[in-house]
Amino acid sequence: MIQWAGLAVFLLAIFIAVPAFVVASGRSDLYYTLTSVALLSIASAGVWLTFYIGRINIGQGAFALIGAYVSAILVTKAGMSFWLSLPLAGLFAAAVAIVIGVPILRLRGVYFAMISLVLTQVVTLTALALPITNGAKGITSIPLPGGISIFGLTLIPDFATLENPRLAFYYAACVLMVLTFAAMYRLVNSRLGHLCRSMQQNEELASSIGVNISYIRVIVFSISSFLGGIGGAMFGSIAQSVYPSSFQVADSVNFMLNCFLGGLGYVFGPMLGTLVLYFGWDLLFELGRFQLLAYSSLLIILMLFLPNGLLSLRLPGKKGADR
Amino acid sequence: MEQILANGIYLGAQYAMIALGLTLIFALMNVLNFAHGQMYVLGGFVTYTFYGQLGWPFVLALLASCITLAVLGALIERFLFAPVIRRSNREESTMLLAAGLAFFFDAVILLVFGEKQRGVPKIVDGVFNWDFKLIMPYDRILICVLAILSIVSFILFMQYSKTGRALRALAQDRTAAQLMGVNVARYSMIGFALGAMLAGLVGGLLVTITGVNLGMGGPTSIKAFMMVMIGGAGVISGAIAGGIILGFMEAIGLAVLSQYGDITYLLIFVSLMIFLAIRPQGLMGKPWG
Repeated sequence: MIQWAGLAVFLLAIFIAVPAFVVASGRSDLYYTLTSVALLSIASAGVWLTFYIGRINIGQGAFALIGAYVSAILVTKAGMSFWLSLPLAGLFAAAVAIVIGVPILRLRGVYFAMISLVLTQVVTLTALALPITNGAKGITSIPLPGGISIFGLTLIPDFATLENPRLAFYYAACVLMVLTFAAMYRLVNSRLGHLCRSMQQNEELASSIGVNISYIRVIVFSISSFLGGIGGAMFGSIAQSVYPSSFQVADSVNFMLNCFLGGLGYVFGPMLGTLVLYFGWDLLFELGRFQLLAYSSLLIILMLFLPNGLLSLRLPGKKGADR
Repeated sequence: MEQILANGIYLGAQYAMIALGLTLIFALMNVLNFAHGQMYVLGGFVTYTFYGQLGWPFVLALLASCITLAVLGALIERFLFAPVIRRSNREESTMLLAAGLAFFFDAVILLVFGEKQRGVPKIVDGVFNWDFKLIMPYDRILICVLAILSIVSFILFMQYSKTGRALRALAQDRTAAQLMGVNVARYSMIGFALGAMLAGLVGGLLVTITGVNLGMGGPTSIKAFMMVMIGGAGVISGAIAGGIILGFMEAIGLAVLSQYGDITYLLIFVSLMIFLAIRPQGLMGKPWG
């Protein structure tokens, strides 16, 4: 029961309390920050999932960039609706993940971490070299998402006609985030989740009792990349532009840090980690040139005292701790 | 052709030194040191300060770089990595710490030295010119020779000294080494200090040629990761092989493919991924590192 209550409070908070607060305080720039947090946490959730099968993934920036480009190209070159291009971007990223994942998922530990880091560089360089991605100039002035209506009933209004597209983006990102984490929660507590946990502990043992480890790790990696692609595509649509530098190695590392910070043992860790890291960085902006110093010192201190993530602080009745 | 080979050796020697430090730290602690590139930059700035600003002899400045980084490395191991490894459930947690350290060093370098590109006066003037087939400034040759000498002395140190033997035992099997009476905590610290020292040394050597700036840290780390992957993580001979291979690939790529722009690195990355798909543990690494 307490979990349902927590969920209700959370949904009320993000869909009603936050917009109300923004209206009351007049700080509409918060929408952009919170939208970014929601989208980055979707991509971080993907990274978290690969951690769940015991792989350190520093390549999510690659898939976010792929997703952003696929959506941008479909919208600008093929004139497709953004809402159709969004799942396609995710699926394309997932397909790429399957092709790349089959060979590289054989790597483990630090080898996989390093090759996934290299993957981000590969995608950035490919985006610079290919003609369809327009090189370093990137793809700019992507139109805002259009509307969807069925039988004359407007499901999603045209973003360009809205007086406050920021609020619309905020809602869209939050809905996506809620869906993502609901799916993640379901997945972790499903049969597949149990199999993943067995792989995290010992792959050989899991394999010896009949778990098809190569199949599962490719599936999990493609789900992870699907989330990365979705997050990246949405980001490109908000910024209305995509450059090869939109998602770089630093972003890939940040996605990983979000998971660490929230805690690798907790489904909702990536969400909290993203929120804390993103807001922490923004709040420290006041410190001017000492911003990076304070930020990195805090990271180090946090790691020193809470090496298992923020959620290992187990507040009473804390929702989301899955075990 | 001769020019490409010479460039390859020159690049390979310095890359091998960067990779050596990284692989040493990895072998001993199972820590992927994200801050390795930043340590290298820091070493460059220390040499810059002592040699370029204060006018010390180059060798002394180089020594200062080594000592600064070694002390720094020892302190980091003692007060940051060791406690985190002890407390955390999963050993990957050290990666967050290493990434935090990389940011921290970037911040410190930014505050202390600024973001400008810094250079020092040349240590030797003149250019070696063999019939226009092979052109190489003397200072590059000197740095290359110094780098090779350091690598050789490092290998000798690891092979024949007591400390080196203890470190190798530690890298092979931590528990067994402890049972044989190796003071694990102490030698972990020494190993980390040694790895950081190598980064500082190569930073100090290269500041005389390429200069040094804040942004060099991250790309250097990535290159070091690649070399370690080529050779196999945690293996000293592998790191040297990886450094030389990457150096040659870069030298050849830049010479042959220069008209296609930045495609050299794309090709190197892609071939690395194909190579690792066939041989996941690198040239000389243990399977599943």
